Amino acid sequence: MGQKLIVGISDWKVGKGDDILVTYALGSCIGTCLYDRTTGISGLSHIMLPDSTSIIDGHTTRMKFADTALPDMLDRMRAMGANTAAIKAKIAGGAVMFQTSNSKFNIGQRNIEAVKAALAKLRIPIIAEDTGLNYGRTMTFWAENGAVEISSTIMGKKMI
Amino acid sequence: MSIGKYEDLNDMQIDVLKEVGNIGSGNATTALSSMVGKMIDIQVPQVEVLDFNDAIEAVGGPEKVIAGILIRINGDIDGMIMFLFEQNLISLIVETFFGTKPQDIFSLNEAELSALNEMGNIMAGSYVNAISQLAGMTIDVEVPVMTIDMLGAIMSVPAVEMGEMGDKLLFIDNNMVIDSTSIQSKMLLLPTIDSLDHLLGKLGVA
Repeated sequence: MGQKLIVGISDWKVGKGDDILVTYALGSCIGTCLYDRTTGISGLSHIMLPDSTSIIDGHTTRMKFADTALPDMLDRMRAMGANTAAIKAKIAGGAVMFQTSNSKFNIGQRNIEAVKAALAKLRIPIIAEDTGLNYGRTMTFWAENGAVEISSTIMGKKMI
Repeated sequence: MSIGKYEDLNDMQIDVLKEVGNIGSGNATTALSSMVGKMIDIQVPQVEVLDFNDAIEAVGGPEKVIAGILIRINGDIDGMIMFLFEQNLISLIVETFFGTKPQDIFSLNEAELSALNEMGNIMAGSYVNAISQLAGMTIDVEVPVMTIDMLGAIMSVPAVEMGEMGDKLLFIDNNMVIDSTSIQSKMLLLPTIDSLDHLLGKLGVA
């Protein structure tokens, strides 16, 4: 019997078999599903910020940043026996929740770019995405087949 | 003593922040109450220092659909005020301005949205004026921005902006109760860590 694994903000979890991984209400944050179809080993990360290198204070979790969370999660998947070459990614989020003239706060786009850069560095192809725009998204990921559902209050549900 | 992290606050400082929330939200509630012509009570404020996920649970859970009105503040306090309005409060405000209730909160027209923004503007102004007078501070209020969406996605905005240096949010949380029925709409004041130091200094409890 699979588990339902809830991934919080600044968090990632790894599952397999018939586990279901869920992360709620991505705003400007990004959810990244990594799926190895050969073993079913699957990871879901929920990052908040693009880059850990500007953070002077070390007392914060590596799971918060695109550049640290994704390599860490991939390492865990490999340790469980995932086949790196078979891993594909699906990503969602990176919205602008509040339209404002002050672009300094539009972190969503920077998060999208940072996640793409981190995945490129890890040589993981992105096979589907639902990013940007201006609404929140909940992401549900089935480890048994790599299916990902995006649900939102205004757009309803769709599979990517 | 300087506060380096939200969790460094002592009991006396927390009590002072509760009082700040009480005065600010009291004033904001009076403004709302007189606009909509209903008796509105506020509950005793809570000062919460919580990690992001617990903060979202504390204000209603990630997938709860709510209207968030965000007002950035700067000057002697930097940070934001966030109003979280439930559907029934939105209906009440729209009805007050236009005479009819909206069909649902996703089909609000431009005029209705700007009325809600204006309500947020008035309430934020009232909130901030009360705190300014209390501590002899100058605080500027930016134009409000609003969205109706999942609470988790709305609260990720302060989490991103306030939470870069740590993994927790501090907010002063007030619940509003209208006509004795609990419309659990909320007012949150979220100061940055630096301006929290400044505020506590001004209030003599740094």
